Amino acid sequence: MQKIKPFDHLILILGVLFLCAPVVMALMSSTHAAIDIHSNGLSLLPGGNGIETYTKVLTHKGGFTGDVTGLLMLRNSLIMGLGFAVGKIALSMMAAYALVYFRFRFATLLFWAIFATLLLPLEVRIMPSYQVMSELHLLNTYTGLIVPLLASATGTFFFRQFFRSVPDELLEAARIDGAGPVKFFIDVLVPLSKTMMAAIFIIMFIYGWNQYLWPLLMTTDESFYTLMRGIKSILQVWVGSQIPDYNEAFALAVLAMVPPVAVVVIFQRMFIKGLTESDK
Amino acid sequence: MAELTLKSVGKTYAGGVDAVSDVNIDIKDGEFIVLVGPSGCGKSTLLRMVAGLETVTRGDVHIGGRRVNDLDPAERDIAMVFQNYALYPHMSVRDNMAYGLKNRGESKAVIEERVAEAARMLELGQYLDRKPRALSGGQRQRVAMGRAIVRQPSAFLFDEPLSNLDAKLRVSMRMEIRKLQQRLGTTSLYVTHDQLEAMTLADRLVVLNGGRVEQIGAPLEVYRKPASTFVASFIGAPAMSLLDARIEGGQLSLAGHALARLGNAPGPVTLGLRAEDLRIVDTGLPMRVEYVEELGAQRIIHGMVGDQALAVTDTHDTPLGPEVRVAVDSAKIHLFDAQSGRRMDKRLQTVSEPAE
Ligand SMILES: Nc1ncnc2c1ncn2[C@@H]1O[C@H](COP(=O)(O)OP(=O)(O)O)[C@@H](O)[C@H]1O
Ligand SMILES: [Mg+2]
Repeated sequence: MQKIKPFDHLILILGVLFLCAPVVMALMSSTHAAIDIHSNGLSLLPGGNGIETYTKVLTHKGGFTGDVTGLLMLRNSLIMGLGFAVGKIALSMMAAYALVYFRFRFATLLFWAIFATLLLPLEVRIMPSYQVMSELHLLNTYTGLIVPLLASATGTFFFRQFFRSVPDELLEAARIDGAGPVKFFIDVLVPLSKTMMAAIFIIMFIYGWNQYLWPLLMTTDESFYTLMRGIKSILQVWVGSQIPDYNEAFALAVLAMVPPVAVVVIFQRMFIKGLTESDK
Repeated sequence: MAELTLKSVGKTYAGGVDAVSDVNIDIKDGEFIVLVGPSGCGKSTLLRMVAGLETVTRGDVHIGGRRVNDLDPAERDIAMVFQNYALYPHMSVRDNMAYGLKNRGESKAVIEERVAEAARMLELGQYLDRKPRALSGGQRQRVAMGRAIVRQPSAFLFDEPLSNLDAKLRVSMRMEIRKLQQRLGTTSLYVTHDQLEAMTLADRLVVLNGGRVEQIGAPLEVYRKPASTFVASFIGAPAMSLLDARIEGGQLSLAGHALARLGNAPGPVTLGLRAEDLRIVDTGLPMRVEYVEELGAQRIIHGMVGDQALAVTDTHDTPLGPEVRVAVDSAKIHLFDAQSGRRMDKRLQTVSEPAE
């Protein structure tokens, strides 16, 4: 065993501080009053306004129409995150299945074409995508929010690599056991991919959860507000001498962190379990 | 239960590799046939064509009188055991065995009964609810066999099923497979590169070389009368020694020593000598000793006759000098054509041979 030196500890402690301090600060500041934050700066100690602020943030009806609550935004963000994660996994798994298990012309070319789209982030194609959705009359719908972003080169790539590592004999055994393409996919490949699915779920849920630009563009109806937009809009009220509701912004930010953290914690357990158990 | 017939079967892979050419085999109902040959000779390809996992390029495959060339693996009524077991990792032992039956729409009761029966036969009862990863290699192979048995197929196909097991387990599993097959009476086609496994398991051996059948016959027949130098050197351990010899004036001579009186046409021949047919004696063919393999009950003496290698089995443990004398029994020599390597009948002139 190597002796642990104090210097190593120092570096680790600094690292922990760097990572944790902002989170703690946001959490603590959210329990102070807005005035307090404005005059005294961020705080590392709890204040007395916590329950009040969180209740307000979750239930206060805001926005122009006056019925956007924190809960609604939370729900919308969840729909985005889950829709993204589930949709992307389903789509990229099927794409990878076709690429790996079916012999068709230009399969490799097709794969690289899909892979190349990794180089094109959403921002590059945001105007054409918007136009397509607009002409399909899908603005201000969950379909319009989720579907255009479902194709996933990353997911397809990971599932392709995974399927290629599944021994051929498994497919052959399944064929002898009378399993057709669909049965093999559902009965064998999907259960075997659990670990992979958990990993991709984490990535894609957070990706969907953090979407800002696309919902901003796609939805004008306030009932589609997500948490990300909510936080932004609280800070936008800087008119005249009005102080932004810093405490509410922090509270929303803290709330916005909870589901992704939960997803990571839950799926990580599955993920690690899958990693240590799988033995092909 | 069925016959299995291969008629001029051939396989050319995309890319032009001729993996199998013109194979004819008639397998009787309940027979245990072993395909044996060195790695890459097309054994797996042939087996996979029977299974339906590879398309048949030429010829016909019949199972139970039915031409199956164009049928899916599941419709051929066969079961296959793979070298790496190919168990479904996420299913319990029970589900692994039941999966094929479920897909065929068998009733729950039938499935349960067959799985229980197979588990009893293979002594897997206590492992039924385990996942494959919690089993040893031998147990996994049993599960793979169980999966084959529950289907009650017309034929079992085995592709080197014991190659991933350690030597000791291989011997005991070999026996089990044989006993099981005899008990069930199911026609079996078994692929291996291990000649000993082939000899001990087979009703009949099919020796393959470069995608062609070299010889088909019962193990002892193949051992005693190898049809070619290839079979001779492949079947039997230690391998038969093959030496360049000549027939001249009715005498077979090796490195200047007359070994037997033969009536064959004069010219060069390949002489095959099995180590166990030779004895160390006081006078005879001189051999320079190179090294000795001690096996306990016997030893194998490897040496050189002239510039050609020869192996002799010896049961004594007396110390050896640098040179020994080897007695060759002319009744036990094998002759092969020097060019084609095919077996030649030897015409022994026994009249003048002294009786042993
Ligand atoms: N899918 C394939 N495509 C092209 N050639 C193949 C394929 N599978 C096997 N071969 C070739 O066919 C020959 C026989 O292979 P195989 O039947 O696997 O031999 P064995 O099982 O006796 O070791 C080998 O030369 C191998 O390289
Ligand atoms: Mg093989």
